[in-house]
Amino acid sequence: MADMMKGNVAIAEAAIRAGARLYAGYPITPSTEIMEYMSWRMAEVDGVFVQAESEIAGINMIIGGAACGVRAITASSGPGISLKQEGMTTLSDEELPAVVVNMVRYGNGIGTLYSAQCDYHRETRGGGNGDYRCIVLCPSSIQEATELMVLAFDLAEKYRMVSVFMSEGALGQMMEPCELPPMRDLPRYPWGFDGKYTNKKIGIFDRNSRDEAVLLNEKYNRVKENEQRWEANSIEDADYVLVAYGLPGRASIGAAKELRAEGYKVGVIRVITAWPFPEKAFEEVNPNVKGFITIEANATGQLIDDVALTALRTIENKVQCYCRPHVYGIPSVKAIKQDFIDVINGNMKEVY
Amino acid sequence: MLKVLTSPERCKQCSLCIDACPKQAISFGTEINEGGYNYTVIDDDKCIACGMCYTICPDGVYEVLGDK
Amino acid sequence: MSKAKKVPYLVDRPMSFCPGCGHGIVIRLVAECLEELEQSDNIVFPIGVGCSSLLGGGVEADRLHCSHGRAGAVATAIKRCNPNNVVISYQGDGDAYSIGIGETTSAAYRNEKFTTIIINNTNYGMTGGQMSNTTLPNQKTNTSVYGRDCSVTGNPLRFPELAADQFNVGYAARGSVHDVANIRKTKSYIKKALEMQLSGAGYSVVEVLSPCPTNWKMEPLEAMKHISEHVTTYFPLGEFVEKEEK
Repeated sequence: MADMMKGNVAIAEAAIRAGARLYAGYPITPSTEIMEYMSWRMAEVDGVFVQAESEIAGINMIIGGAACGVRAITASSGPGISLKQEGMTTLSDEELPAVVVNMVRYGNGIGTLYSAQCDYHRETRGGGNGDYRCIVLCPSSIQEATELMVLAFDLAEKYRMVSVFMSEGALGQMMEPCELPPMRDLPRYPWGFDGKYTNKKIGIFDRNSRDEAVLLNEKYNRVKENEQRWEANSIEDADYVLVAYGLPGRASIGAAKELRAEGYKVGVIRVITAWPFPEKAFEEVNPNVKGFITIEANATGQLIDDVALTALRTIENKVQCYCRPHVYGIPSVKAIKQDFIDVINGNMKEVY
Repeated sequence: MLKVLTSPERCKQCSLCIDACPKQAISFGTEINEGGYNYTVIDDDKCIACGMCYTICPDGVYEVLGDK
Repeated sequence: MSKAKKVPYLVDRPMSFCPGCGHGIVIRLVAECLEELEQSDNIVFPIGVGCSSLLGGGVEADRLHCSHGRAGAVATAIKRCNPNNVVISYQGDGDAYSIGIGETTSAAYRNEKFTTIIINNTNYGMTGGQMSNTTLPNQKTNTSVYGRDCSVTGNPLRFPELAADQFNVGYAARGSVHDVANIRKTKSYIKKALEMQLSGAGYSVVEVLSPCPTNWKMEPLEAMKHISEHVTTYFPLGEFVEKEEK
């Protein structure tokens, strides 16, 4: 039977069950409950919990744990994740797997406490220096969050890269019925530090950066080919397709369903992997589609860039791409329906 | 008798060993190593294998053989 | 009677430090202590950024080149995840006391059970000799060209004393490599620090005064003399705390 659980608690417990045995971080609203839960839960599974002195120290502890082959996770929100970028590019450089949770809150600088999607560009492009990618997973329900947490660890391990678990503040704070994944008892990654220098790869200095970069890019291409995930509804015959992720994605599914019932040929693509972006979903869209409409909880419109680029690549005709940035919060079904009406009435100008 | 083995290719001509040697047994030779340094040589007759050179050398040039 | 002395295998390869640099001496001392404590195949080095990072090219052991200043945090997690490994964070004064002072003090504050070796050469060596938190009063560097003015830069930091006085650490000492006698004493400090780690009793730190002939613009011998005559007057040598081993 599914129990009612708070999002952040379910996310933390799912991480434990997925095999996380190191948590290090610094509290920040709206992710703090994840850390609070880990502070006592980690000890119960013989894991390591460290209340770090800073976000930067937290992510560097994740590096230390991951280097020992331990499944490691940290959680934060917007400004905290900004501080973690140094560690995330280092993890990517060392090809160490880890899971970084961003329970996004709105705003620049220290930001606000509103639930939002303003960090899309940063998470999908990589906010640290260099030339790396992170897998970015975006749940739209607490149930899906627990499932994606397991996937986040598995993909991080499989490709030896960072999985960013990008959700909105609201998902962490709300409660829903949720069935937790089974507890896994996994050994450490086989290549971690053992003090005997068994594995020669980690930390070697005489590196060939050009060859490494080419190999890294090949790996990223494999991820793009194999790990795109999305949920699509009624896109094969759609005149218009709503594109969104997270809680706005969930509301967009509801809006598309109601618009269909009202006679509009509207489909929806809910993005689950913001990176790799689900290009394959667009290949299934009606080739004569008239427009894509992104529904976003930010001010500038960020997802729209990926949608427009993907439409260019996958659909022969030029398709208009619209964006309705709701700034923060979760747009209601009613608001999203109005966004669509604005598009067909010519009250919203296309972005691309 | 040879008391101290040297790895002349590691010498960087810093002269710390020359100063530390209590018997003035170490001096710069005439040869240049791959790094371009005029490396040290040991006068085995003066050397007492005390290990001062080993202790002060930052570059691991010296190995004291010791009594078997 | 003479004793055989050979550079331990762990570090027995050329390293790219400048002529007369003290890093090579300290690295060898660390390796000797590990060998004597039979820990040469039970060691992980989180390594700082700066000249200390050149250790990475010379040591045959598990090692991680940490981001600048973060070795204290990385070492914290490595030691907690692998409590049976000996963990030594190897850093310079810029890495540990300037950009990484948060991570360094926090690790000491939490009394993490690893060892920090900090090479103090009173400047940023790798970037060409800028002022650091241990630059002596009136010392000229590339960013204190008229000599360090402590009225605007603050005073040089004495970290082992801070750790000993304010935190519940296991062991804190400062050695120097300016002559053979001090090198031997420094080795005994490093060994005690590692024994403290092996006993599990607490954090251990050994700062080592070390010459930077290149950036001090001195001959190697002159640099050693500078340590003995000037650097040690501000940075006293000795042990500041030695807790009972567990």
